[in-house]
Amino acid sequence: MTTATRKAAKATKATKGFSFNPQMIPTITAVVIFILMLVMGQALFGTYARLGFFSSLFVDHAYLIILAVAMTLPILTGGIDLSVGAIVAITSVVGVKMTMAGVPAFVAIIVMLLLGVVFGLLAGVLIEEFNMQPFIATLSTMFLARGIASMISTDSLTLPEGNNFDFISQDIKIIDRPKISHDLTINVGVIIAVLVVIFGYILLHKTRTGRTIYAIGGSRSSAELMGLPAKRTNYIIYLVSGTLAALASVVYTANVGSAKNTVGVGWELDAISSVVIGGTLITGGFGYVLGSVIGALVRSIIDPLTSDFGVPAEWTTIVVGAMILIFVVLQRAVTALSGDKK
Amino acid sequence: MTDKQPIVVMKGITIEFPGVKALDGVDLRLFPGEVHALMGENGAGKSTMIKALTGVYKINAGTIVVDGKPQQFNGTLDAQNAGIATVYQEVNLCTNLTVGENVMLGHEVRGPLGINWKKTHEAAKQYLAQMGLENIDPRTPLSSISIAMQQLVAIARAMVIDAKVLILDEPTSSLDANEVQDLYKIMRKVRDSGVAILFVSHFLDQIYEICDRMTILRNGRFIKEVMVKDTPRNELIGMMIGKSAEELSQIGAKKARRAVDAGEKPIVSIKQLGKKGTINPVDLDIYGGEVVGFAGLLGSGRTELGRLLYGADKPDAGGSYELKGKTVSISDPYTALKNKIAYSTENRRDEGIIGDLTVRQNMLIALQATRGMLKPIPKKEADEIVAKYMKELNVQPPDPDRPIKNLSGGNQQKVLIGRWLATHPDLLILDEPTRGIDIGAKAEIQQVVLDLAEQGMGVVFISSELEEVVRLSDNIEVLKDRHKIAEIENGDTVSQQTIVDTISNTTISTGKEA
Repeated sequence: MTTATRKAAKATKATKGFSFNPQMIPTITAVVIFILMLVMGQALFGTYARLGFFSSLFVDHAYLIILAVAMTLPILTGGIDLSVGAIVAITSVVGVKMTMAGVPAFVAIIVMLLLGVVFGLLAGVLIEEFNMQPFIATLSTMFLARGIASMISTDSLTLPEGNNFDFISQDIKIIDRPKISHDLTINVGVIIAVLVVIFGYILLHKTRTGRTIYAIGGSRSSAELMGLPAKRTNYIIYLVSGTLAALASVVYTANVGSAKNTVGVGWELDAISSVVIGGTLITGGFGYVLGSVIGALVRSIIDPLTSDFGVPAEWTTIVVGAMILIFVVLQRAVTALSGDKK
Repeated sequence: MTDKQPIVVMKGITIEFPGVKALDGVDLRLFPGEVHALMGENGAGKSTMIKALTGVYKINAGTIVVDGKPQQFNGTLDAQNAGIATVYQEVNLCTNLTVGENVMLGHEVRGPLGINWKKTHEAAKQYLAQMGLENIDPRTPLSSISIAMQQLVAIARAMVIDAKVLILDEPTSSLDANEVQDLYKIMRKVRDSGVAILFVSHFLDQIYEICDRMTILRNGRFIKEVMVKDTPRNELIGMMIGKSAEELSQIGAKKARRAVDAGEKPIVSIKQLGKKGTINPVDLDIYGGEVVGFAGLLGSGRTELGRLLYGADKPDAGGSYELKGKTVSISDPYTALKNKIAYSTENRRDEGIIGDLTVRQNMLIALQATRGMLKPIPKKEADEIVAKYMKELNVQPPDPDRPIKNLSGGNQQKVLIGRWLATHPDLLILDEPTRGIDIGAKAEIQQVVLDLAEQGMGVVFISSELEEVVRLSDNIEVLKDRHKIAEIENGDTVSQQTIVDTISNTTISTGKEA
């Protein structure tokens, strides 16, 4: 009808039948790199295609997958949650202390989750009621949580024998072969992580709250002018990320069987790296939960790869840093390209 | 028409901000099936009034009745629930989402398994079709369609919430003529379906073309509600600015053109200066004391040529740039400023003002940049500079310590002009200095342009309003499709029509450089 409409119609036609979204490029790149890493590992060391490798990758890093999903939500809105690592510490210290005092595990777990809720809610209040930057708000809750954890105990606390936490870390063999390295093993922790991923996907793509999260990431003021409940959504986001951090703590604590006030130092950064590697734009608006899962897997596979290569452990962080750099540069390029199209 | 019942009745609306009464007992009635214009200068209280009706601001006194029900709005959601939808000047949609997602945000079709995307997109498609956008796939990213279409998408969104009142706040300010006509088509369609439309625009022609009734505000007060067809323009302008409308048309109308002395050196002389993809190589001389107008349609390269002169875009090799007879290379704004060339952007909000800084800081920032950050301007000197330009340019309110974002558009523009004048430029490039500002401020800025030229400064005046280009310029550079197609010396025989004819009659032979 108008030149403008015709132009757009043409643009639409060009992409019809193949709905490719340039915003997915970073996420697709993450998948490709993950596969390349696996292929390389397999070609050089011959252990990366084994089911046992996958089993331990998922079992050992279920907590990171949960944290990555948790971190995806605030980052999608252009915010951040720096407190997740400290929430892991405080909840695990409290949980193990309670179990040591004879409290049944399921009560301890509920208390741990509630603690996560409280810290998430606190961050929400600071951000929404006191108009604080998410960075500052969660930085303060991070110090608060870490400080309380240290006040409770600075000792290494071990879960007592025969506690009911065990059910989470108990191996479930799906494929049992004579050689343990060919077994496919999971545990409840992995199942929890998978459920969290599904939860994250449904929240973001199947609910109006999820759409509001993306809208806030695009432009908070627009979202508000459109009448979307931006404030309530932000509360939900930090509540969910705090609670998921506590859940990650439950899974991790059950796995290692102990707790210490220094556990989880820097995990918020691992979670952020996973989210960024997975293709979520750090300024918000674009990104996928599944990307963050891939990011967490990429992040997790770097450790065995570098050690197999004989790279000193100290170097691992440099590799992680380089990877993040590459992904951010890539995202910049993609953003610039899609901006040009206009 | 008189027997119609208004759908919205706002009575005695008063809104106070600390120290200012933004609205003082203003009335507004909106009728279904009518387009209603809210008229007034910037600072008259139009946007405040709109924000009162959309629930952004809480009113201190007065009543709002929508569809017979008294309303207390505590946020935009309340207003939307009452059936009031708004399309703002800066389209408030989310560019990171698709067209369909934007239309349906908050109203997605849900099934037992959460959002049903298939049905949501189908619904979006229907709403888009109502806007004449049936060709757009709802899955297209919003960022890939033009601003004009984004505006229609925003209106489609209003249809989703089944709005009884649609507020269009300066929807036309970034549209070209065809797009405006498309918008009118949609507006008429929406109006005929019984929706009350509240329309705000600075273009009087548009008001007379599309509106039925209007309410005039001045200085936060209600002046009058009139029917558009019964109100001649000069009467309207008189009501808006409260002074004789003839004053405006007299500015520059004497057309006392300045003759260039033989042998006089131009301030700036460029030869074959261009940049691939933005503007084809141009020859141009600008003398001191003259106003050079750049005329052309949107996308003609008028802004691009201005940016090139200022070094905001780096020119391609092959051209020459002479400044008072000396060859220079102006490849960045810093060099330009050092060489006494200043450029005031067309994009006041994003590239011009720094919203949270005060008027004073905004005004001094360019001068400080030319001095270097290690040599602060002495306080006394700074005070004098700020006082001088605030007075000369009549910045309102005359308080240099107010954040600039709290000023009206026209006054922000004056501060920006002050910013560049403080650097004492020989050449001042003004890109759309009068866009989106009220008639009073417009007249003042036009007068400033002429005064500056009078004092010997070279002024480049870029505007999409041909009328003011013709009225103010000594020389008019006509641009079309990124080529300079003509240079017209202004005189009694030159009119807006001359420019329009030049643009429509010139065809650009491709492959050859203009």
